[in-house]
Amino acid sequence: MKGETNTSIHVTKLIRLIRLSVVLLFAFIGSMIFFVFSLSFNSNPQPIETAVSTEVLDDADWDKIENGIHVRTGLIDSEGLMAVVSNCTNCHSAKLLTQNRMSADQWNETIKWMQETQNLWDLGGNQEIIVKYLTTNYPYKKKGRRAILSNIEWYELED
Amino acid sequence: MERRKFIKQAALSSFATLIGTEIVFGSKLLDGYEPLAMQNPDPFTLFSKDKGMVVLNDKPWNIEATAHLLDDKVTPNSSMFIRNNGKVPEELDASTWTLTIDGESVSTKKTYTLADLKSKFQQHTYQLAIECGGNGRKEFDPPAKGNQWGVGAIHCASWTGVRLRDVLKDAGIKDDAVYIGFHAVDVHLSGDPEKEPISRGCPMSKALQDETILAFKMNGKNIPKIHGYPLRLVAGGWPASVSGKWINRISIRNKVHDGTKMNGKAYRVPCKPIAPGDKVKDEDMCIIESMPVKSLITYPKSGAMLKKGKTLKIRGHAWAGELEVAKMEYSIDFGSTWNACTLEKPVNRLAWQHFTSEIELPKTGYYEVWARATDSNGVAQPMILPGWNPKGYLNNACHRIALKVT
Repeated sequence: MKGETNTSIHVTKLIRLIRLSVVLLFAFIGSMIFFVFSLSFNSNPQPIETAVSTEVLDDADWDKIENGIHVRTGLIDSEGLMAVVSNCTNCHSAKLLTQNRMSADQWNETIKWMQETQNLWDLGGNQEIIVKYLTTNYPYKKKGRRAILSNIEWYELED
Repeated sequence: MERRKFIKQAALSSFATLIGTEIVFGSKLLDGYEPLAMQNPDPFTLFSKDKGMVVLNDKPWNIEATAHLLDDKVTPNSSMFIRNNGKVPEELDASTWTLTIDGESVSTKKTYTLADLKSKFQQHTYQLAIECGGNGRKEFDPPAKGNQWGVGAIHCASWTGVRLRDVLKDAGIKDDAVYIGFHAVDVHLSGDPEKEPISRGCPMSKALQDETILAFKMNGKNIPKIHGYPLRLVAGGWPASVSGKWINRISIRNKVHDGTKMNGKAYRVPCKPIAPGDKVKDEDMCIIESMPVKSLITYPKSGAMLKKGKTLKIRGHAWAGELEVAKMEYSIDFGSTWNACTLEKPVNRLAWQHFTSEIELPKTGYYEVWARATDSNGVAQPMILPGWNPKGYLNNACHRIALKVT
């Protein structure tokens, strides 16, 4: 199980690399075309930058944190974040995590369900880290049998 | 996906700097690289939805309306909720599309092109209320697993197609038929081609109803891609998951259909009532059939402030699964007293019904208007949450809006 997971991660990385190369190639060709066009038609060309910014390749931006939030997924930056990002956001959106305020039991049950029906791999030691992250950062809130109306946007009723 | 978007943006913006203008075919250049329109980051443009719609999930896409966006008598595409179990199919070609009728209980396995369906069978148009089984899930306590729908996973559009009954009979239904199960071309979230994201169905009695149709038009036009183009099964009044999208096969089964999301806890509630949070064994869960009675105040939008002495006009819709809504009431005193609304008959069976009322508000201050529908069996909406269930289905508690008289 673990070996398979590693292989699939390698394959994913390889695919990502190939995609990047393709984009860069396209981008390069594209910028050359535009460069030529801009010389022919634009009498006052803007300053020319390097064709494709190097930050494309910078993995730091891929997992950038801003104001305590992991930008790419919207998840709270806290212990266990990357275990959650790498195991729980490949197949579904992180929104499915943040919407659900479940107990550790419910999360463990959900993980089991995903392993049985959704091709989720064995999470090993990460399972505890992930469940702890979710129950700590997205805790269960008591709602009772009917909540009061909140977040009301007041407006003047015309007509 | 996000990474790719980022790269695309980075590349495009450096082109822009390069030529000092908007790049007209810059986007085209990269289209070859990211050909899936469905990966567009803006779902509102992509699916032609109102900007006020709420995105619950972007992988898979799940988007709901708010009450006031559902004010139209016939729901336009712009306000229709989106519920997906898998990835939206990429290639959908109506000209080569076929529907196969098979299964243990079909007399002859048959395949029809869309043109066959349109020419061979009589066409019908019905306005049908389709509500997600989990609409209202977000209110359950303890919380229930799944997309946390508020009130907006309901729509009542007009659907045109042929009766499922006519097609099934053309292929021939054996005496031992129990259930139908649909199959579609959407892709499992894991990408596994062996897995179906969803394959549900209904008992023969529902499959053979006049209003259960194989639709190819919605509101008079081709069905939007996200809502099931080019062929959708539409079974009004039942959980929306019965109304399968992108249908290419229907199996007539000699047993209860056992496709994906027919088993376990999916679209099932405890056969016997349980206490909130209790565990239930899978074998003690029963399949949801008709949805319960429910209503929505679609005008005014919650949060209205009006001057004292002004009459408040309210309106909305009510629906009751397989049944009709017999009575519609409102309360401005938290259910101490109820007043009747004017309630219209449905345009056809399984369509929602419209209600209106005029309300005098006695003094300045904060009010809530609560709406309550009662079905033709005398069953009304509860004011508090109905029976808790593990997956948070069937919340038909009364809808309410907040008001201030100044």
